[in-house]
Amino acid sequence: MKIALASGKGGTGKTTMAVALARAARSPVRLLDCDVEGPNCHLFIKPVLERSEIVTVSVPVVDKNLCKPCGKCAEICRFNAIASIKLAPLFFPELCHACGGCIQVCPENAIGEIQRDVGLLECGSSDGLEFIQGRLMIGEAMATPVIKAVKRYQSDELLTLIDCPPGTACPFAAAVRGCDYVLLVTEPTPFGLHDLKLAVATLRRMGIAAGVIVNRCVDRDNMIAAYCREENIPLHLQVPEQRRIAEASSRGRMLLEVAPEFGSKLREVLQMVTERISGGQR
Amino acid sequence: MKIAITTTGDSLQAPLDMRFGRAVGFLIYDLDKGTAEFVSNSQNLNAAQGAGIQAAQTLVATGAEGLITGHCGPKAFQVLEAAGVAVFNTRAANVDEALTLYKKGDLTAVASADVEGHWT
Repeated sequence: MKIALASGKGGTGKTTMAVALARAARSPVRLLDCDVEGPNCHLFIKPVLERSEIVTVSVPVVDKNLCKPCGKCAEICRFNAIASIKLAPLFFPELCHACGGCIQVCPENAIGEIQRDVGLLECGSSDGLEFIQGRLMIGEAMATPVIKAVKRYQSDELLTLIDCPPGTACPFAAAVRGCDYVLLVTEPTPFGLHDLKLAVATLRRMGIAAGVIVNRCVDRDNMIAAYCREENIPLHLQVPEQRRIAEASSRGRMLLEVAPEFGSKLREVLQMVTERISGGQR
Repeated sequence: MKIAITTTGDSLQAPLDMRFGRAVGFLIYDLDKGTAEFVSNSQNLNAAQGAGIQAAQTLVATGAEGLITGHCGPKAFQVLEAAGVAVFNTRAANVDEALTLYKKGDLTAVASADVEGHWT
């Protein structure tokens, strides 16, 4: 079973909930940190990292002896990563999405591929919890290849929890793709609601079932709760705004360490989600 | 020799566009003939990324040997440099003023980009 923790808006508590669910679950858990631009699950679960590997992407390289500058490679590149001027084309690998279009259209077969390092994949464990995280290298812009590398470890055999990047663009889509269910963690603010709507719309297009967790809630009858009612989206849990939770989090302590009463509530959430997945409800 | 000036209009009185990659267009001025031709850069205005690279490619195709603009980022500069196009930065208000400064020799070709890239 694969459950993603996503949000739209950043800083709503995705990691807090991912880590808390991982610790609350009674069954074996594999936690994937797909927020590769700033993976931070490790700050809370403090894993022992046992192995790492470099994540690479394929980028084009031109054989200047074969190139008869025709500009076809630059023409097909929708990412503007190639400039065709009088001489051989100039490639800008950091803009390349590795689609391979330039290689296909080159009439002289002058374009080949080389591997470029863009990220790091790290695997380890923490107190029985299997842990995998991706880390985008500094200066790199393309998160999705690193996210996809982490996602290779998602499993149907055990509970896989996926901490997603914020936003609703490509990194979000790459992180939630293939999941059985997405728990959208948000906060009862106009910004939280606005981005929740974007996330819900994206997930509906992708055909992935989703429910909501409201974090930092002051009033249980809030704008997120109202939206969930209107849109018939399950509201699984509301976590109150509490200074002790915020303080613990800022010190790298997990939700369940300061608020153990959430253990049973989170297990109920997992139970509800499991039933919805097996019931095939969208 | 032709020289290009980034601009939002199609005449010598048109204001200078301080941007290169996302400039509205280029006025290509033929210094020998004293004629001017406007080349649109509108396809790059909404590019998600790589606007400077493509603008440079467009500019090279016009045959201009020099570019007068407000700012030029590193990727665009790399393309222009490879094609042998000299880059001149200026704060001139309009195309005519930029050309006058150039003709007087008040503009110096730069050896590198003058701003950071921001292509996200």
